[in-house]
Amino acid sequence: MSNGRQIGEVILDLQNISLRFGGVKALTDISFDVREHEIRAIIGPNGAGKSSMLNVINGVYHPQEGTIVFRGQKRHDMDTHEAAEAGFARTFQNIALFKGMSVLDNLMTGRNLKMKSNFLLQALYWGPAQREELEHRRKVEEIVDFLEIEHIRKTPVGRLPYGLQKRVELGRALAAEPKILLLDEPMAGMNVEEKQDMCRFVLDVNDQFGTTIILIEHDMGVVMDISDRVVVLDYGKKIGDGTPEEVKNNPDVIAAYLGTSH
Amino acid sequence: MSNDVRPQSLSTFPRLLMHHAQARPNHPATREKDMGIWQAWTWSQVAEEVRAMASGLAELGFMRGDNLAIIGDNRPRLYWAMYAVQCLGGVPVPMYQDAVAGEMVFVLQDAGIKFAIVEDQEQVDKLLENKAQCPELQHILYDDPRGMRHYNQPFLHGLDEVQEMGRIHNRNHPEFLDGEIELGKYEDVAVMLYTSGTTGKPKGVCQTHGAFIKAAESGCEFDKLGPDDNILSYLPMAWVGDHLFSFAQAGYAGFTINCPESGDTVMTDMREIGPSYYFAPPRVFENLLTQVMIRMEDAGAIKRSMFHYFMGVARRCGAEILDGKPVSGGDRLLYALGNLLVFGPLRNVLGMSRIRVAYTAGAAIGPDLFRFYRSIGVNLKQLYGSTETCAAVCLQPDGQIKFDTVGPPAPGVEVKIADNGEVLVRGEVLLKEYYKRPDATAESIDAQGYFHTGDAGFFDEDGHLKIIDRAKDVGKLANGAMFAPNYIENKLKFFSQIKEAVVFGAGKDEVCAFINIDMGAVGNWAERRNIAYSGYTDLAQKSEVYDLIRDCVEKANAELAHDAMLSASQVHRFLILHKELDPDDDELTRTRKVRRGFIAEKYGVLIDALYSGKASQFIETEVKFEDGRKGKVSADLRILETKTYPAQAAKKAA
Repeated sequence: MSNGRQIGEVILDLQNISLRFGGVKALTDISFDVREHEIRAIIGPNGAGKSSMLNVINGVYHPQEGTIVFRGQKRHDMDTHEAAEAGFARTFQNIALFKGMSVLDNLMTGRNLKMKSNFLLQALYWGPAQREELEHRRKVEEIVDFLEIEHIRKTPVGRLPYGLQKRVELGRALAAEPKILLLDEPMAGMNVEEKQDMCRFVLDVNDQFGTTIILIEHDMGVVMDISDRVVVLDYGKKIGDGTPEEVKNNPDVIAAYLGTSH
Repeated sequence: MSNDVRPQSLSTFPRLLMHHAQARPNHPATREKDMGIWQAWTWSQVAEEVRAMASGLAELGFMRGDNLAIIGDNRPRLYWAMYAVQCLGGVPVPMYQDAVAGEMVFVLQDAGIKFAIVEDQEQVDKLLENKAQCPELQHILYDDPRGMRHYNQPFLHGLDEVQEMGRIHNRNHPEFLDGEIELGKYEDVAVMLYTSGTTGKPKGVCQTHGAFIKAAESGCEFDKLGPDDNILSYLPMAWVGDHLFSFAQAGYAGFTINCPESGDTVMTDMREIGPSYYFAPPRVFENLLTQVMIRMEDAGAIKRSMFHYFMGVARRCGAEILDGKPVSGGDRLLYALGNLLVFGPLRNVLGMSRIRVAYTAGAAIGPDLFRFYRSIGVNLKQLYGSTETCAAVCLQPDGQIKFDTVGPPAPGVEVKIADNGEVLVRGEVLLKEYYKRPDATAESIDAQGYFHTGDAGFFDEDGHLKIIDRAKDVGKLANGAMFAPNYIENKLKFFSQIKEAVVFGAGKDEVCAFINIDMGAVGNWAERRNIAYSGYTDLAQKSEVYDLIRDCVEKANAELAHDAMLSASQVHRFLILHKELDPDDDELTRTRKVRRGFIAEKYGVLIDALYSGKASQFIETEVKFEDGRKGKVSADLRILETKTYPAQAAKKAA
C-alpha cells in the first residue's frame, strides 16, 4: 500500500514454535516475525493451526518448544492478562461479547485494564473515580465515532445484526488501546458490504493508530488486499511466507489450497 | 425591491448574524452532538467562527461573485460556511451530499465552482474524481480531517487550518471583513439552489438576500417564532426547505439549530432536543408512523387495545380540540385521558412533546396521515412553495387547517390561477433568475411578473389553495374523466405497507399501478407469519405479499369511488416491482419524487404487460450501487387484478 505508514522494526519474533496437545501436533517448528505497524495475515485451510497460533501469541497456549521474542526480549510463558498488559488485544472467531449489555458498556469493559482507581471509589462514583470514568467514557466515544456506531450506542448487543456485533467486538478490543491487535476471522460470515466496511475499519485502525495487526482470514480477496505480509500454514507447518504476491505464486501454497494433480 | 422598508443593518444574512452576535451574544445559535454530548456555540462564537472562515477564504483567493459548493450532511461548519461566503459577496451553492460523483459534474460545471467546502473524505474523493472535468475547481476545503492524512494535494485544505489563517488575517487587518460585509446589498444573490430536475437538467435558482429575508420574516411573524425556538436540522442542505428553516429563519429570528450526530441517529437526537419547531417532508412523517405501527404490532395485547381505543377517540375529536372547535364534554374527558395514557407518551417517543408548530411540504400529504399527527396533538400544518419561491407561497394559519388544502397565500405573496389551472405566483420571494439560463427565466416568469409554478390547483370557497398535481401530469382517461396520478399514488402510499407507487392511465381505459413495498413494514409482517425471504426481490414476489397489497389497493379503490372527480381512476391491475425505486438509478429525484416519464420508459415492457392482461412478466434491470458499481436484478413479476367499486359521488363519507 502506498500510504505514508512506516513499517518499523521486528516487534514480535516467533522462533521454532511447536505446540502439542498430547499426541496431536498442532504446530510444528514454526518461525515468523511481525514488524511494527504492519498488517500480518495468517492463512491456511481448516485445521491448519491458525487459531492455535494466535493463542500462542496472546498467551492462552504455551508452546512446548520454541521462543517468543517480544520487543527484543525473550518472553517467558505469560498469562493472558500479562499479554493484555503488554498491549495485546484480540477479537474472537465466535463473538465474545456481553449480549445483554449495551454497546457502550461492552466498550467500557475493554477499558478495564486502564482503570486505576480502587473499586470502592468506583462504586461510589466519587473523586478520582469520577474523573477517570469521564476520561474512559471520552475514549470510548472516540471509538464509537471511529467505528460509526453512534446509532446503536445504547442498544443491547444481543439485538444487533451479526456484522455490527463484529464491529462492536473490534471496538472493545480497540478500547484497550492495544499495540498489537489479533483478529480471528474478522470477516467470517459477513456479506460483501459488511466485509468492505470491516476492511476499511481494519485499514483505518492500522493507519490512524499505527496498531500492528495480526489477522486470520479465510477470504483470500480480503487477505491479499489488505495485508502487508502473509504467512501460510498447513497441517501445523509453515508452507509459505512473504508478500501477498509472493505467496500467491508459491507452488506449495497453490497445492495446499487447490490440491495437486497426480 | 428596495431596502427602505428594512434597517440597513439587517438587510443581508451576514449583517443579521453580526446583529445577533451583539444583541444576544450568549444565546445558543448552533448545537451539534459530538462525542455523545450536545455541544453548543453561541451567536457571538458563531460570528467569530464565520469571521475566521471568511478571512481564511479570502486569503486563499476567494473573490466577490465567486460560487462555492457546500457538500455534506448538516454540520455546523457547513452552515457557517454559507455566512462566510456571503460575507465576501460570494454565492454558496449547497449540493446534495448523497449524489454519486458523476451526478455532481453537471452542477460543478454549470455553476463554475471554484471553491468547495465539503464534509469529509467521502466528498473529497468524489470531487477529486470530477476534478479533471471541472478545470475551474481550484480549492477544496474539508470539515472532518479523518482519513485525510495522506492526501497531500496542495489544493486540499482542512477548515481548521483555513480558519487559523483567517484569524491571523483578522488580527492583522481588523477592518477588512467589516468592510466586505458593508459591501453586501439586499438585492445581491445570497444563495443558489439547484432544482431537483424532475424534468431535464437541474437549473440553478438564484435567490437574493431580500427574497429569503422576506420569506423568513413572513414565516416567523406568521407563527411567532423567536430566539427561544429550537429546530432539528437534518434535511439535505441543498433543499430549499432546509435552507429556509435552518438558515434563513434561524438567521432572521435568532433561534437555535441542532445538528444530529448522523443520519441514523435522527430519532434519538430529536427526542433529546425536543424541538419546538419542526419541518419534514410527508415521507418522514410517513416513516415515523410506519415505525409506530410496527412497534404497536409488537406490543402486548393490553397496550395494543388501549392504543387502538384511544386512537379512535383521537380520530373523532383530536383535530377539533387542537383547532379549538366545540367538542362534547365526554369526548374532551376521554381525550384528556388518552393524552395522559397514549398521545403524550407517543409524542414523547417521537420527540414531538415540545412542538408548537410543525410543517410539511414538498409533496402532497395523505389526509389520513395528516390527520393522525393533528389528532395526537401535534400542530402539523402544510405550506406550499418551491425552490423558485423560497418555499413560502401559502401557509396554513393556526385554527384554519384543512386536510386537503395548503392554506391562503402568505403575507406579501400574490397567487393567481391561470386559465389552464396552473398556479401563478408574484411577490418578493420570487427568484432573481435561473443561473445563466435567461431562456428558462423568461419562460417561467411572464411579463406581469408572475412565476409559473407548473402545479395545477384551485382556490376553495374560503380562499385556501388546493393543489391537485403537477399541471403537466394531470391528464385524462380515454373516457375523458380527470386523471391525477399523484393524488392516487398518495392514497396508495398512505398504507404503511406501500412505500412507493406509480400509476398509469393517461389516455387509457383503466388505471394500473406499480407498487414498491415498504421493506420495514412488510418484512416485519412476513416474519410474524413465518414467511421466509432473502431480500427485497424475493419478498416482493411472495403470493401472501401480493394478497396483502391487493387488500390495500382495494381499500384505496373504495375511497376513490366516493370522490366525485376521480372515481374513474380506481386501480384495475397492479404489480409489485422487483427493486426499490432509487434516486441512484434516476427513478426518483434526490428529493424522492417519482420521475414518471423515466419510469414509464424504463419499464415500458411492464406497462404493456399490465394493459395486455398477462398474468406475469419477466424483467431484468440494471442497478447502480452507492459506490457507482453496477449490477443486475431480474425477476418474473406477477400481475394481479383488483376489485373496483361503482362510483358513489353523492355522499362523501370516510
